Amino acid sequence: MNEIRYVAATGALGVGVDAEALEQSLDLRPHFIAADAGTTDAGPFALGSGSAAFPREAVKRDLARVLVATRKANIPALIGSAGTAGGDPHVDWVLDIAREIAEENHLSLRTAVIRSEQNRDYLLGLYREGRVRALDPAPEIDETVFSRSARIVGMMGVEPLQAALDAGADFVLAGRCSDPALFAALPTLRGLPPGLAWHAGKVTECGTMACEGPRGGVITATVREHEVILRPVGEGLRCTPQSIAAHSLYENAHPYLHKECSGILDLTHSKYTAIDDVSVRITDSGFIPSSDYTVKLEGAELVGYQSIMIGGIRDPFILRRLDQWVAEVRAYIYGAVARILKLNPPDWSLTVHVYGRNAVMGAMEPNASEMPHEVGIVVEATAATQELATKAAQLARQPFLHHGAPEWTSGTTSFACLHNPAHIDRGAVYRFNLNHVAVPRTKMEMFRTEFVQLGARPL
Amino acid sequence: MKLAELASLIRSKNAGPFVLTFDIVFPDDESYLRAKESGALTIARFAELFRCEEKHVLFFECDNARAFKFSIPRPIVQGNLGDGDMHGGQQFIPLMDIEIR
Repeated sequence: MNEIRYVAATGALGVGVDAEALEQSLDLRPHFIAADAGTTDAGPFALGSGSAAFPREAVKRDLARVLVATRKANIPALIGSAGTAGGDPHVDWVLDIAREIAEENHLSLRTAVIRSEQNRDYLLGLYREGRVRALDPAPEIDETVFSRSARIVGMMGVEPLQAALDAGADFVLAGRCSDPALFAALPTLRGLPPGLAWHAGKVTECGTMACEGPRGGVITATVREHEVILRPVGEGLRCTPQSIAAHSLYENAHPYLHKECSGILDLTHSKYTAIDDVSVRITDSGFIPSSDYTVKLEGAELVGYQSIMIGGIRDPFILRRLDQWVAEVRAYIYGAVARILKLNPPDWSLTVHVYGRNAVMGAMEPNASEMPHEVGIVVEATAATQELATKAAQLARQPFLHHGAPEWTSGTTSFACLHNPAHIDRGAVYRFNLNHVAVPRTKMEMFRTEFVQLGARPL
Repeated sequence: MKLAELASLIRSKNAGPFVLTFDIVFPDDESYLRAKESGALTIARFAELFRCEEKHVLFFECDNARAFKFSIPRPIVQGNLGDGDMHGGQQFIPLMDIEIR
């Protein structure tokens, strides 16, 4: 019977791989082990700055477990969205970790390194040909978005991964990559139906998050011609029809239609049935091929540099007119920064988050009129250089301290600073600037694969 | 009965940096159908709670997951200045108090 079995080692490389469960999962005789290592979920900083969201030690521990297990079973390992954002510095960072793991564990890894960071001029060329399309909702862009970006990556589908597997890679280290593609690559390469293969990938890419029960363990999938079987490995973990169906909704705007490079995964008619207490069968998932091959772009650009100040207010006379008080303080600070630093918006900005009030939900907060007995305030000063941001934050302290309540006859100190110095320099701040797809001229042109040998070749 | 008492899971999350998505999942068919047939969960109600235009609200009743799903454009793009919830995880609270008859 044509089937592909695999293990999803973790929902995010760096969060933890359950070594015992991974070892046990090899009894399934998987054809590969894969793990996603990135996301935009942490925010734009990783992409903009070229750094990862997890410490090196955590990624090394997890990756070592995956690589040792796959070499033991003589099957390929796939890691996608290396180093959180999947840009070139992120891929290089994980490659360096993998090299160290290979040497320390005496592994030989024929490694396919697939890069997905995009050349700005190349993208500009596509844009001028009308080959960059907005998704909904998308920020307005023009030609300058490409030169403004600190970094842009393209999210690969299965094709570059399949080419690497076809070429016999022991280890596929991919830059930015569709999470499910990592798991759908081999099953679809072997001719299994794309609907089931992609759906299995969609469910397993977050690891055992699709299961009920405690954390830890690993999730396995068996992809066949007419079904996918999902089964967790780990004490107390259960896949149930509802846990799998509910996870199929997770982190997507649409519950049933999931856009990928080569088409749309269609879960409209998917059926979930329990096989036993812990295993679930999926059937009837579809895949609608697209006429255009599209690659999702992710870009981050520098907003500026930031310095922040944290403090609190307890005085009920201030709290009962807090919005007005904050507005007065803000106006004073803008004036002071204009006078002293000769800086005016949009060249700098002051953002005030009022915790206890509406800092978490902002304009959507339904209870903003309820005033607590104490609020926490985070003040962010953002400017073109760290020096200016720091100076603006320094100028913000006195107005917050000494803008009083009219009920008191003389000056009070209104703001309880948490730190000395009151400001904390945060460095560079980035923002996402693209929610677009590129339509490349060929499926492979946005991705560059090189083979490298990690560890000594066996004699 | 409040939605938070009836549902087994109410959550919000980024669906990419530009979209917020909300899932409301029920423990059994009875509770799911009760919520569905109550007519309390609608685009209009959601738009009112989250202060956005109805035309920007996507709404789905997902029978096989015993779940409802809403999606809206993020009021502030993830990580932009002013965003106070990088992962979008704490935006579901207004749904908890919806009264289900």
